[in-house]
Formats: sequence, C-alpha cells, structure tokens
Amino acid sequence: MRVSRKLFALLVLFAACLSPSTAADFKVGLVLDRGGKDDKSFNSSAYEGANLAKSKLGIYLKYVEAADDNAFEPSLRAFAQRDFDLIIGIGFAQKEAVKKVASQFPQKHFAIVDSEVNVPNVRSLMFQEHEGAFLVGAIAAMTSKTGKVGFVGGMDIPLIRRFEMGYTAGAKRINPQVEVLANFVGVTSEAWNNPPKGKELALSQYDRGADVIFAAAGASGLGVFDAAEQKQKFAIGVDANQDWTKPGLILTSMLKRVDEAVFSTIEEAKAGKFSGGVKRFGLANNGVGYSFDQYNAKILSETVRQRADELKAEIMNGKIEVPDYYKLNR
Amino acid sequence: MRRLAQSFLAVAFGLALGLSATWIAGENPWEVLKILARGAFGSRENIGMTLFYTTPLIFTGLSVAVAFQAGLFNVGAEGQLNLGALAAAAIGALLPGLGWPMAPLLASLAALAAGTVWGAIPGWLRARRGSHEVIVTIMLNFVAVGLSTYVALYVLKNPESQNPETRPIGLAYMIPRLGVFGDAPVSAALPLALLVAAIVWVFLRRTALGYELRAVGQSEPAARAAGIDATKMRILAMAIAGGLAGLVGVAEVLGNAGKFKVEFSPQYGFIGIAVALLGRNEPIGIVAAALLFGALHQGTRELDFSTEHITSEVSLVFQGLIILAVSAEPVTNWFRSKPRINTDEL
Repeated sequence: MRVSRKLFALLVLFAACLSPSTAADFKVGLVLDRGGKDDKSFNSSAYEGANLAKSKLGIYLKYVEAADDNAFEPSLRAFAQRDFDLIIGIGFAQKEAVKKVASQFPQKHFAIVDSEVNVPNVRSLMFQEHEGAFLVGAIAAMTSKTGKVGFVGGMDIPLIRRFEMGYTAGAKRINPQVEVLANFVGVTSEAWNNPPKGKELALSQYDRGADVIFAAAGASGLGVFDAAEQKQKFAIGVDANQDWTKPGLILTSMLKRVDEAVFSTIEEAKAGKFSGGVKRFGLANNGVGYSFDQYNAKILSETVRQRADELKAEIMNGKIEVPDYYKLNR
Repeated sequence: MRRLAQSFLAVAFGLALGLSATWIAGENPWEVLKILARGAFGSRENIGMTLFYTTPLIFTGLSVAVAFQAGLFNVGAEGQLNLGALAAAAIGALLPGLGWPMAPLLASLAALAAGTVWGAIPGWLRARRGSHEVIVTIMLNFVAVGLSTYVALYVLKNPESQNPETRPIGLAYMIPRLGVFGDAPVSAALPLALLVAAIVWVFLRRTALGYELRAVGQSEPAARAAGIDATKMRILAMAIAGGLAGLVGVAEVLGNAGKFKVEFSPQYGFIGIAVALLGRNEPIGIVAAALLFGALHQGTRELDFSTEHITSEVSLVFQGLIILAVSAEPVTNWFRSKPRINTDEL
C-alpha cells in the first residue's frame, strides 16, 4: 500500500502539470445520441460543427455520449448544473429529456436537433430534408438510363419517410413515368448501423433495374456504396458530403448541414443573440442541398446541375411545393 | 466469509486493473476513482441514478442465480425482461381506464407472467427434451426482442414519437417515486426488488421446494435418488428465473418510462450474469453486486464530464476486468499465496 500511495502522489503531481487551462468563458455542452461522435454521419457532423466553434470562436466544449436512453436527462441536467451556457441535444430521442430539463433551468439556453420542443429557452433545429431529397431525386431521374431509381432508408420512421417522399417527388418531376424502388433497412436504431443489410437491399434494387440509389441510412449507407462498386452503378450519399468515399460512383450527396446549424447556434449564443423557437434549415439558407466537388465533377454533368439549380430556385420562390411527409401525416 | 473475501478481492483487483488502464489513457487513477465515487454517490440525484440502475440488476442477478442454484445457466434474462416490460406496457395501453392500485398491480402481474412463461419454455425444453438451456435462451432472446419490437411498432405504436416505443400508459399505472432522490427516477420498484431478494432467500434456504431445487443443482443423480422430481425442479427454476427477469418491466415501465421503449435495456440481462457471479448466487451478495455495477454504470458517466480522455464506455472495461477477476479465481487465490482447489462453487 505504501508504494502505491507514493505512486499516486507522483501521479497527482504529474496530472497537475498536464491539466489544461480552461480560459474560455463560454461553455457549450453537447449530448450526443447513442451513435456517438464517430458514426461518420449525423453525430459526427454535429460534433464537427461544435469543434469548429471551439477553434474559431474559442469556446469551451465538452461532449458526452449517452450509454442508454435514461442517461440523456441526467447528462443534460449535469451540464446545466455546471454553469454551461448552451446545452445542445443531438437527435430526436432526446426530445422529452430536453423539454424537461430546459423547463427546470429557464435561465439556460438549450438547442435540439431534429425535434420541436416548445419551451421558450429551447431552439429547435429543424431541417427541410424533403427539399434536399427532391433535388437529388431529380438528379437521380436525370441520370438514370433505365427509368428506375432506388431508395434505401435506414430506420422506418417519419423522418426517413420524409426523405423518401421528397426524393420520389423530385424524380417524378423530371420523369413522371419513373419507377422508385424503396426499401428500409429496419425498424430499430440498429438499422442505422447495418451495412450488410444495406448492401443486400441495394444489390436487389440494382438487379431489378435501378441504376441510381439514394441511401438515407446512416452507416448502413456504406453497404449501399459497396453494392454500387460491385455493380458499377451510381449511389447518392446523405447528411455529410460522402462523394469522396467512392469517387466516380457517388453521384452526389444530399447535404444536411447539422454542423452549420450547431455552429451558427453556438455563434449566436456566444454573441448574446440566442433566441428560442424553431429554426428551419432549408434550401434558402443552405441548410440542405446537394454536393458538387472534384470527386463527382466527372459524373455530375453541367446540364444536370443547371436543371437542379433551376428546380432549387423554383422551390425557393414557391413555384414548386415539395410534399412534406410531416405535414401530410399529422 | 471466505467467499465474500474472494469477491471483495476480485472487485479490488478488477478496479485496480481498470484504474491502471485509465493511467495508460493519460488520467490520474486516484482522481478517476474519486470522480467515479462522486459520480455514483456524490449527490442525491447521483445516488438516485445509481439505485435506478441497481434495481433491474437485482432482478436479473436473482434470475440468473435461481437458475444457477438448480444447475442451469439462464442467458435469457435479456429476452425475459423485454417481454416483461412489453407485457406491463401492453396492459397499460390496452386498459387505459383502470384505476390505482389495480392498474399497477395488474401490469406487474403481467410482467411477472410474461417473464415466467418465457423462462419456462427453455426450462421445459431442457427437462423434457434435453435441449441445452444456454443455446435455447440465447436464441429466445432474439425471438423476444423481435416480438417485442414488432408489437411496439405495429400493434401499440406511439403515434406521437419517432422513437420505437409503445403508447404511454396512464398515470394511474405509475408506481410512486421515492422523492428524496431529486429528479432521479427511483421508484417503489427498488424496495420491491429488495423484498423479492428476501423472498428468494427464504425460498431457497427455508423451504422444502427451495431445498429440492438446490439439491438438483448440486447433484441430479443424488436428488433423483432422494426422490426429488428433477424434471419438475428444472422447469420450476427456469420459470422463476424468467419471472424475476420479467419484473424489470415494473421498474422500467411502471417506475420510469411509462411505456415500452425498444432497446431500453443497456444489457441488464447480461450484466445480471456478472452480478450473480460476483454475488455468489446468494441474494444478499447479489444486492451488493448489483449496487456495485449500478454505481459503475452511473459513476462512469461522470468520467465523461470530468476527464479529458475517458468516455462512459470505460465502465465496460471496469465491468469486464471485475468479471475476469471473479472468474479467474486462481489469480485471487494466488494473491492469498495459498493455492487450493475450489470445491464449493456452483
């Protein structure tokens, strides 16, 4: 025991020398969904946005990953009790927890992604996923030679149905005769992380004649990309720009800028301009869109892009109304 | 006493190993231990969260232990508790008009019954058909999760939420919360768990049936020679084990969520195996072991907040190392520098 005590004393000293100084005065707490910060999709995007704020704005950032659903509420509360200025919950699973904790700490600022919480000190960051999906649907139909396009969704929930509905509408806008093959990976959160199933579904859709498949399935989408490689056909990415993952095969990615939403919320809160309520991210403020970079420059032709940008303008000025699953299924 | 000392040594050994791992990760182990203790017991709410995680672990620990006592290995607690929780939530969703106290009583009985049936199946298959209960319970876990997910999504779906969960049950179904723990969802399920642990102890140690059950576990031929119906005892043990795991539904649905949420359990059923192992299959030991694992699960969340390099997943490392230390008894025996062959286990 005596030896270990000395060792501990040494370690305390060691740690004291290493402990970082926390000079930043604006503190942001991030409670990630169960996927965790390395899911290379939704949570990663949120974490990147917050990390950007850390380097650009000099905030103090702390993130936690929830081990189970019952951990959301105490995690949010722990941040509030520790004098964090802004607490952000990532994902609709935290809706009830954010609602409860925000009501208990009316002086604190909260934000939640993908869910509406009607408490004055909460900002709900909502995305117009259907608008972005409409554009990639149109791009898919313009690129398809078979007149058949595919959709592989992750978990079968209204959020992903919203992607599907927008995608179908976009494809039909270009080619009313287009056939959209749609499948979902699963019905539980496991569906976000099942690449083999995503691949199976995609292979089956390619075999049935689809030559472009939109994967809105989190990490399961990586399986769809594998199928695209195997069949040498096109796939479309989601959330983050995934064009680089299989250059020449990922036609484009439907961007959902969770990172932007998180960053701008932190920026405004730090400047003292935080406001509650619903903040929507759509085509108009580049919250959603499609990607174009060096990795898909050769496969996404200029004419296709021009037409997509025309459609984008028509959605923004109200000439096209994209069907919204949330509104149609209330 | 010796077995108690062994468990204690195993925990200390596992913790020491785990803390050295945090040292490798660049943290001060003494600080980590303090943060762990603060996270688990530092405030009323933290104590409450620890007890909240302890409650289901008492049920699953007892579940595994009762099967162990009859010489059976119940790996199916995870499936049994899922169906128990689903049954409680289903009663609540289907009979919204029921009042207190009939409502929680009926829902609790439903949880118990669902778990009992799901436990009795592998018990029956083992006793009558000779199918190994480990294989059957593992397989039935998948069936139970699939079945409960199906019901939650297609039969009793909550239309208000994107989460895979059933419709909320009425307030009349909720069992009282223990208010001293702040916002932590500690409910009357905790005293219920302690009561059930006492009942299990009395059953195993003070009743003829419990004696027969243990006799089958010690030596089946001897039990048969003494006129004990080993077949019946095996089915009974697995049915009781299933029912105990099903009671997790009371803690989760009636005491906390007010609905069945798919994937609500952070592997309570499997941690229950470790709880039973560490608690030496004795109810009092199981309560203590459940508290330890509950404290680890809760305490490690604090590590996420208070350290730079450690996330809550480190709790899995701690759990793993403690389990390793418990099962690797030669190691702990070596520390006692008195090698001996173990004859009194399981």
